[in-house]
Amino acid sequence: MAKTLYDKLWENHVVHQEADGTALLYIDRHLVHEVTSPQAFEGLKLAGRKPWRVSSIVSTPDHNTPTDHWDEGIKDPISRQQVETLDANIREVGALAYFPFKDPRMGILHVVGPENGATLPGMTVVCGDSHTSTHGAFACMAHGIGTSEVEHVLATQCLLQKKSRTMLIAVEGKLGKGVTAKDVALAIIGTIGTAGGTGYAVEFGGSAIRSLSMEGRMTLCNMAIEGGARLGFVAVDDTTIDYLKGRPFSPTGETWDRAVAYWRTLHSDAGAQFDRVVTLKAEDIRPQVTWGTSPEMVVPVDAVVPDPAREADPVKREGMERALHYMGLNPNTPISQIAIDKVFIGSCTNSRIEDLREAASVLKGRHVAANVKLALAVPGSGLVKRQAEAEGLDKVFVAAGFEWREPGCSMCLAMNADRLEPGERCASTSNRNFEGRQGPGGRTHLVSPAMAAAAAIAGRFADVRDVL
Amino acid sequence: MEKFVRLEGLVAPLDRSNVDTDAIIPKQFLKSIKRSGFGPNAFDEWRYMDVGQPGQDCSLRPKNPNFVLNQPRYQGAEVLLTRANFGCGSSREHAPWALLDFGFKAIIAESFADIFFNNCFKNGILPIVLPAAEIEALVQLVEAAPGYKLVVDLPGQVVVRPDGHAIPFQIDAFRKECLLNGWDDIGLTLRHAEKIKEFEAKRRVEQPWLFS
Ligand code: SF4
Repeated sequence: MAKTLYDKLWENHVVHQEADGTALLYIDRHLVHEVTSPQAFEGLKLAGRKPWRVSSIVSTPDHNTPTDHWDEGIKDPISRQQVETLDANIREVGALAYFPFKDPRMGILHVVGPENGATLPGMTVVCGDSHTSTHGAFACMAHGIGTSEVEHVLATQCLLQKKSRTMLIAVEGKLGKGVTAKDVALAIIGTIGTAGGTGYAVEFGGSAIRSLSMEGRMTLCNMAIEGGARLGFVAVDDTTIDYLKGRPFSPTGETWDRAVAYWRTLHSDAGAQFDRVVTLKAEDIRPQVTWGTSPEMVVPVDAVVPDPAREADPVKREGMERALHYMGLNPNTPISQIAIDKVFIGSCTNSRIEDLREAASVLKGRHVAANVKLALAVPGSGLVKRQAEAEGLDKVFVAAGFEWREPGCSMCLAMNADRLEPGERCASTSNRNFEGRQGPGGRTHLVSPAMAAAAAIAGRFADVRDVL
Repeated sequence: MEKFVRLEGLVAPLDRSNVDTDAIIPKQFLKSIKRSGFGPNAFDEWRYMDVGQPGQDCSLRPKNPNFVLNQPRYQGAEVLLTRANFGCGSSREHAPWALLDFGFKAIIAESFADIFFNNCFKNGILPIVLPAAEIEALVQLVEAAPGYKLVVDLPGQVVVRPDGHAIPFQIDAFRKECLLNGWDDIGLTLRHAEKIKEFEAKRRVEQPWLFS
């Protein structure tokens, strides 16, 4: 029978199955960061248990670390304690790789894993972080888990799971100039809604997806969770294999050949059945901007802020009104008339080298508008930063008026000092526009790196296709 | 983990969809390395008029009188009633920890985000999915009658209203067993330790690149 990619990944990991279908799945890669792991390590210790296989662990602090003045260390004492707790825990139990604060390879886990070849096709990848779906770009079964499950994986190398339903999201055709993976992700969420993928394992397919780079596929899979799907993935092809060749933890020699032969099987068979199929035309996707407090509240840049009066469903209408009130926006305002205060280019969605190149190509020879108080460029990892500097991108950002920072999560969730003040409006390449996400009272508009750069120059949202 | 069998509890309505985990427990409180003490900061940005910081005495902070959970009639509520897609956003287990610490033992919604739903079971909270029409009726009833309580009966898989109307709900057999007995997942999984070892040994041979 024709199998979906999800069927293949699932079958490859079942250790045991209960009568009601609950399965014990083997976990290949466990990514660990400072925020969701301390209670798990403590629980393990209290129960007198030992980690099952420490060589599955790849770890780095990312959420709490500052992005400037590294010479001064971590000033916030509670953040520092959390990072030091991670240091102590990893020192005690061990790991395949640990990149502590200030290590040249430190960065956001979802950037660090793939760029080091620690994320390989066919793996189960888990992390106490919902954007673990990012690793699905490599045909992995990758998803976020809670802290109890972090402890469960540490202790047993397994997780209890039930099989999800399957959804194929196919984007066919050719993406237009200035339209990126981020716009595809937002357009998909705008179509299916933030709960559209709940309970589904989503495979992204179609010619437009196949033509994306690995960076683009990671951006797309990263946002799967914002569409409600814990799992989002893309089949293996030459792009995947070319990306992995020669990475530090990628296999070599004869093992590489064997691995590649297996990886080549990681796609849905012709004729495989999905529980739901959603198809989008690439040509219809325009650069996207969110206007509200949920990623599904999104429109193309050349549209206007929607009018709740036209929404028939009363619960939805009230949600829209609340969002507009929080965002300080009036219905029917053209998106291109919304002025911004800050710009953030970074996060596990859009802080890879390709993202920085895209933004820099827009910024080159231009300058941030006078009304923009702060424009931040935060590379996803130390390696991305070094690569960008080797290409001279840092100079482009700085010449344009951006601050060029050290890697980390930064203003994606504002756990460190990088944040919005109440009422400030931000063009952000991150993934969540929830109330208070980038600082209490802050107003977030999600966009692609190129769109963030275009907004920085204009001081308001602008169609990047006009400046390319 | 505490067992969950049957509960008769006061119901509090949070009448909105897409309540995300950032709203349930804002990120500044995630810096704690403990599992407990998150209750006073549950829904922090909605509940207080000032901006919350870790380590404050929350009893001294100005409360938002318009936030539903601050109303005297809902003090001591154990059942949270809400709409669609509750718990969306991050995987932070601090969200169910905060709700539990606040006093909620069962959450009734039209739908839940997957990771949050899963995290509830790990902490002895029962998340219940009911049809939109039942939720709508419950919201009206709860708002109309101070002191409104519901019976949540896990063995029978029903929510019973004071007027006797019983609403059935679905739950996985395995999850139900775990909640009823207060079982710790890790202990259960380790009963299969030999199987895990065998699986791993085979994998090392067949896919050695996963083990470098
Ligand atoms: S960059 Fe943002 S979304 Fe990504 S892991 Fe960090 S905090 Fe989470």
